[in-house]
Amino acid sequence: MQAIAKRTGFYALVVFIVVFSVFPFYYAILTSFESGTALFDVNYLPTEFSLANYRDVLTNGVFPLNILNSVIVAVTVVVISLFLAVTAAYALSRISFRGRGLLLLTILAVSMFPQIAVLAGLFEMIRSVGLYNSLFSLIFAYMIFTLPFTVWVLTTFMRDLPVEIEEAAIVDGASPFVIVTKVFLPLMWPAMVTTGLLAFIAAWNEFLFALTFVSNNDTRTVPVAIALLSGASEQEIPWGTIMAASVIVTVPLIVLVLIFQRKIVSGLTAGGVKG
Amino acid sequence: MANVSMGAPPTKKAIEAEERPAMRSNLSRERLRSAWLFLTPMIVVLALVAGWPLIETIYYSFTNASLSNIEGAEWVGFRNYWEYVDYGDGEGEYFGLFFDEQWWNAVWNTVYYTAISVSIETVLGLAFALVLNAEFKGRSLVRAAVLIPWAIPTIVSAKMWGWMMNDQFGILNDMLMTVGIISSPVAWTADPDTAMWAVIMVDVWKTTPFMALLILAGLQMVPGDVYEAARIDGINPVKVFWKVTLPLIRPAILVAVIFRALDALRIFDLIYVLTPNNTDTKTMSVFAQENLFQFDKFAYGSAASTFLFLVIAMITLLYIKVAKLDLGGGGR
Repeated sequence: MQAIAKRTGFYALVVFIVVFSVFPFYYAILTSFESGTALFDVNYLPTEFSLANYRDVLTNGVFPLNILNSVIVAVTVVVISLFLAVTAAYALSRISFRGRGLLLLTILAVSMFPQIAVLAGLFEMIRSVGLYNSLFSLIFAYMIFTLPFTVWVLTTFMRDLPVEIEEAAIVDGASPFVIVTKVFLPLMWPAMVTTGLLAFIAAWNEFLFALTFVSNNDTRTVPVAIALLSGASEQEIPWGTIMAASVIVTVPLIVLVLIFQRKIVSGLTAGGVKG
Repeated sequence: MANVSMGAPPTKKAIEAEERPAMRSNLSRERLRSAWLFLTPMIVVLALVAGWPLIETIYYSFTNASLSNIEGAEWVGFRNYWEYVDYGDGEGEYFGLFFDEQWWNAVWNTVYYTAISVSIETVLGLAFALVLNAEFKGRSLVRAAVLIPWAIPTIVSAKMWGWMMNDQFGILNDMLMTVGIISSPVAWTADPDTAMWAVIMVDVWKTTPFMALLILAGLQMVPGDVYEAARIDGINPVKVFWKVTLPLIRPAILVAVIFRALDALRIFDLIYVLTPNNTDTKTMSVFAQENLFQFDKFAYGSAASTFLFLVIAMITLLYIKVAKLDLGGGGR
């Protein structure tokens, strides 16, 4: 009897956890398919299936352009930071040199930097080199959080690879660059996919820099575009279109996260990256 | 490990004994050179994107820079932080960040938000982690579900919850009124009594999974035979949790808490979108951003940013000490 009560209690907790995690997004999807007055009736199950909100957000205004901007920024950021991080991680994990500890400490410290602390300085810098209002400003600025993280995780990963991997290549007289590209890179794919994905998500979601360094509607990235979606008047918040836009930008992320679930969890715990 | 790979000669037969020292030093010199070659691009980028802007922000906090005139900034000393203006008739007034009520209000909001949200997330995250650590049917599905809030962009979470907490049409009011917890609709994000709790609620929803995963990683390190032994001895599971599990996973929890706290202290986007222009939820980052770019008080905003940076720097140092990171030998 007691065992049954225990089991029931446990499964109740499980159900609570699942509902708690999933319900808000479920409700956003539900809302995104409602239009007109149906939007303002509270309902827990789907009652309507209208694509009007999706048509709205994809045809009126510049939202498709915003999505494209986000893709360009996030992909470029991931490629650059992975390239810089793999070579740096090789040096940090397999070659011992003076100042390595200090360098790692600095990288860790930078990964904890509050973005606001560099905002004023970065703004001045970006404006003085003429990058204000361009996507390059964001690609550059996002390095501050993607680079320390990717270097850190890849260093940890490379350090744990056995010594023997390199030995043969060193005997053959291969240069360090060849060792990185020919010996390590093929082994690094799992770690690179994970860190790349986490860096992509971080760049895709970033708000403060995107709000500050870009002011043109058609240069904005998705988070700022959604935050600034507004209706004809202050009172008329277009909840339907906001939810449709939210679903559009979130579904790809969720699919990616679910596919790479295991890798992401291990990447998160290895790097202790911020959510 | 890295020391081994570079110090020891590749194979004993391959190289004759007398040639070894020369080859080794040649090899290590080449490796050392390439190490710096590999590191330079990363160091340059980090210096440009983090080091230099930080120095500039601190510098501007000691000037009279305004958004329209950053280049012409003049040094004014500590005036943005602390200034006594003598009115000449024996009376005077203090100005500057240290005497700004709105700033201290923002500091208080930040501390309050951080303390409460991180506490709730830790307790809830621990509970989630304990559930996910148990064996049951459908565990991988639950684990996947838990990742969803983490994957959703903060801005999207803010909008989703903003809609759910809408005073007229929100589903949250409907739920709570159906259950009978509240009798009339609440304007969650606008009401001064609930605005901060609305922010905390969204943050708890979004980051508890992250907390749970970090703690779960710690839980999975606890060897199974510890539980086995306790079970055979017939010790109450609650007692096992307090006496065995919790002490063993304390380091993992501590690291997770510090990470979360560092993140919570600099919160900006959730508050900016969920409760715009609300003094009850304005945090240090929001205060700094407003002064920098909306109120044309660039220098003053820089001072606020510098202050926040110092707070976070101190906590980071604490973290590095607590986590006892081994930076010299292993690389981590």
